[in-house]
Parts: sequence; structure tokens; C-alpha cells
Amino acid sequence: MLGADSAVRLTSSEAVLIAGSAGAVDALRQLLPAVPKDARIPVVVVVHLPPNRPSLLPELFAPRCAARVREPQDKEPVSAGTIWFAPSNYHLLLERDRTFSLSVDAPVNFSRPSIDVLFESAADAFGSTLCAVLLTGANQDGSLGASAIRREGGLVIVQDPSTAEAVQMPSAAISRASPQIIASLPEIADLIHQATKAP
Amino acid sequence: MQTAEDLEIRLLLDAIFLRYHYDFRSYSPASLKRRLNVAKLQMGTTTLSGLQDLVLRDPARFAQLLQFVTVQVSDMFRDPSFFAAFREKVVPELFTYPSIRIWVAGCSSGEELYSYAILLREEGLLERTTLYATDINPEALRKAELGLYGIDRVQAFTENHRLAGGKCSLSEYYTAAYGSATFDRTLRKNVVFSDHSLATDSVFAEVQLVSCRNVLIYFDRTLQERALGLMKDSLCRRGFLGLGSKESLMFTEHASAFRDFAAGERWYQRC
Ligand SMILES: C[S@@+](CC[C@H](N)C(=O)[O-])C[C@H]1O[C@@H](n2cnc3c(N)ncnc32)[C@H](O)[C@@H]1O
Repeated sequence: MLGADSAVRLTSSEAVLIAGSAGAVDALRQLLPAVPKDARIPVVVVVHLPPNRPSLLPELFAPRCAARVREPQDKEPVSAGTIWFAPSNYHLLLERDRTFSLSVDAPVNFSRPSIDVLFESAADAFGSTLCAVLLTGANQDGSLGASAIRREGGLVIVQDPSTAEAVQMPSAAISRASPQIIASLPEIADLIHQATKAP
Repeated sequence: MQTAEDLEIRLLLDAIFLRYHYDFRSYSPASLKRRLNVAKLQMGTTTLSGLQDLVLRDPARFAQLLQFVTVQVSDMFRDPSFFAAFREKVVPELFTYPSIRIWVAGCSSGEELYSYAILLREEGLLERTTLYATDINPEALRKAELGLYGIDRVQAFTENHRLAGGKCSLSEYYTAAYGSATFDRTLRKNVVFSDHSLATDSVFAEVQLVSCRNVLIYFDRTLQERALGLMKDSLCRRGFLGLGSKESLMFTEHASAFRDFAAGERWYQRC
């Protein structure tokens, strides 16, 4: 199912982004354990969450993951070996100098953090060496960002809507961003493992 | 390699600096670029060069651009636990000073300022406190001086005030009319509002406390160092620094000038 071109992109990517909304926490339970302890590259995760309380995702995922799990501080280096979660109520952006920036700019697509904001900044910062995964969700955040990543030559993977708890997000991304790969969660877990494991 | 857009941004920021002395050249590039592109569309131009042409010739257009470039998103008692820590841990220390000076840097439209004023009143300290509220956005400063907010925001303010350990109902401090809530003018009796840039101006007062929240995240590392340097130099020994909940001294060279005071809540103390 994986073309030679996509396989190369996967193993040469410098970061993996994973994003979703409704149903995404369950999906991440199947995906994040696939990231090995000494992950070759950073994994950055955005999930839409209620704004008024801390995201409990790091606490939830730390015991299930081999890799280190953290929320970044502003201007922290985007280091490998770590799964980084966007904090609630801030946008998360990647800078060209490979650091994180946070912002409290107004919500985008009614969301903060917004997937488009992360993806578009990452496309600008990482160019073609990016692998982005868009999961289940009940809105269209992420599809503009996924198009930006495609335009820069990165690899876009979208969860097969027929396997998604909420179809709107993956469907919108499929029609707007023409992803290279559409796959089920077990398949995506395998792709993430290939992208992050030591060569 | 620099793209055409990279160059356009650089030229636009240079032009703004030369013409208006606002310095955005060391702002965090990723979110700045996003905001400039939103401004470009909203202001009816198709390129950033077009936007530059517009703002260079017309100060009114620059004033408009400033509203996009500086982010005016704020809340009263934002992160209530930060203000609870102020009340429980910082206030008892401030009591020892006969007169208190507080600098709220990047105060936006005043929500953070009124949060402090209300807590200080509840703790009986407001009468002997002078608050300096500064920002680079004149429109925001004007709003801060009015102390007027949409009534639809008051419910969230009230809940935050309660979570921050508010001693009475927030409604004690404002009057509601015509869809807005106007905060009690006596809260700002000892407030000095002024235009001050952390990017281009220098220290202007010696204070016992600086609060600068969700401003540093808009600066790159170099400008963060400059701004923190100003805050450090304006603080007296054992003075307090409060930052936003995702900002810290972890990645700065000024870290050694401070010790953790309630670091989980982003309160630091000048050594
Ligand atoms: C997101 S608001 C933060 C408001 C408030 N401190 C809070 O935490 O709710 C950021 C503010 O920083 C101001 N700002 C941006 N650049 C500045 C500079 N160079 N010097 C002072 N203030 C600046 C903006 O105008 C804006 O009002």
C-alpha cells in the first residue's frame, strides 16, 4: 500500500504531527504507543479540548508511551525522543529555528489550539521533511494546514473516514488536501513506528 | 533560501520601524507571519508589498494594521490559580512596603490591571499602591482607561474571580448598563497609563512587582532577553515577577537573577 516515494518521505521526515478532534483521544491510544523510546524525531500532537482546564493528555499518555511525553514551554527546542502535546487554550506553532512558539491569538476554526495553525507553521518551518497525520474529528480544522504541507512537499496521512468516530475532519482533508495515504488506525500506527524508529 | 514572502515581511517590518518607530523585527516569526497575512486580506491587499505601500503612506492604515499585529486577547483573572498565588503568597510580602509600585507590562485593554486592582482592594493594599499600566497599542490603552467591557464577558470574569479566591461578588466592582459593564473608577485612581514598548523603550520606574503575561510569547529569544532585562532592572531587590502560564525563565540568560517563588504559577523573585 505504501509507494516507494512515500516510504522515503516517511524515513526522511524530521517531525511527525498528529492531530484530531472528536474521538481523537481514543485513536491516540492506538497510535502513540507505536513511538519508540528513543524516537529519531519529535512527535507533536494537537487535540481539540475544552479551553478552561489544563489538558490532562500528558498524564493520560505518559504511562502508555515508551517515549517521553510533555507539554512545551514557549521557545523550547523541538527535540527528538519526545511526544509533545499542545497545551489547552494556546495555539502551538513551530519556528524555523526548530523551537516551539505559543500564542493566544484568537481561536481559528473555533479552536485554540488549532490544527491549521500548527500545520501551516510547520509546513513553513520544515518544508518537505514533514509527516502529518489527521484523525477523526467533527469539524474541518486541519484541512487547510494539510494542503499547505502537501504544497511544500510533505507527507499527509489521513484516517480512513469509514474507520473514524467522526468523519467530517478526515473527509474534508481528503477532498481539500489530496493526502498521499488514507489508512486505518493500525496501519497508521505502523507508519508512525517506521517514521520514528531508529534507522 | 528566502522566499519572496520572507523578503516582503522583512521589508514591511523595516518600513514600519523607519516610518513609525514600532519595532516588530524580533517578534516570533511564525505567528507574526500569520497575523500579517490575515491583515493583508482584511485590509484589502493581495500582497504584503501592497500592504507596505498602504501603511507607509497613511498613518490611519498603520493604526489599523497595529490592531492585527498586536494581539488584543485578554481576560480578567486569566489562570485563576496564578492570581490565587498572588493573593496567598505575594500579597503578604508586599504588606511590608509602606508604598507599593506595580508595573503591568503589555496590559492590553486592562483586564489584567483591574484584576490586580480588585485583589489589592480586597486585601486593603490598593490605597497605597501605584500601578503603571503600559502597552504599545493606543487603542487598547484607551479601552483600559475606560474600564468598559461587554456584558457577555462578565460571567467568565466572575467565575475566574471566584476561583482566584475573590472575597465578594465581582458585581461589587462594576455597574451594568446598555450591554456593558463599567468598572468602578476608584479602582484606577492610582493607575498611570502609558505608551511603553518593551522592544524600544528603557526602564521607566523602580517597582516591587512586574506582571508581564502572554507578551513574551510574541517575542523571539533575543527580544525576550531584552524585555526581561528591562523588567529585571526595574525591580527592586526581592521584587516579584509574574509571567504567563506557558512562559518561564528556563531558556533565558536572566534566570540566575531570579529565584523561584511560586514557579508552578510563574511567580519569580528578584535575587
Ligand atoms: C495577548 S495580550 C496580553 C494581555 C494581558 N497581559 C493578558 O495576559 O491577558 C499581549 C499584549 O502585549 C502588547 N505588546 C505587544 N508588543 C509589545 C511591546 N513591544 N511592548 C509592550 N507591549 C507589547 C500587545 O499590544 C497586547 O496588548
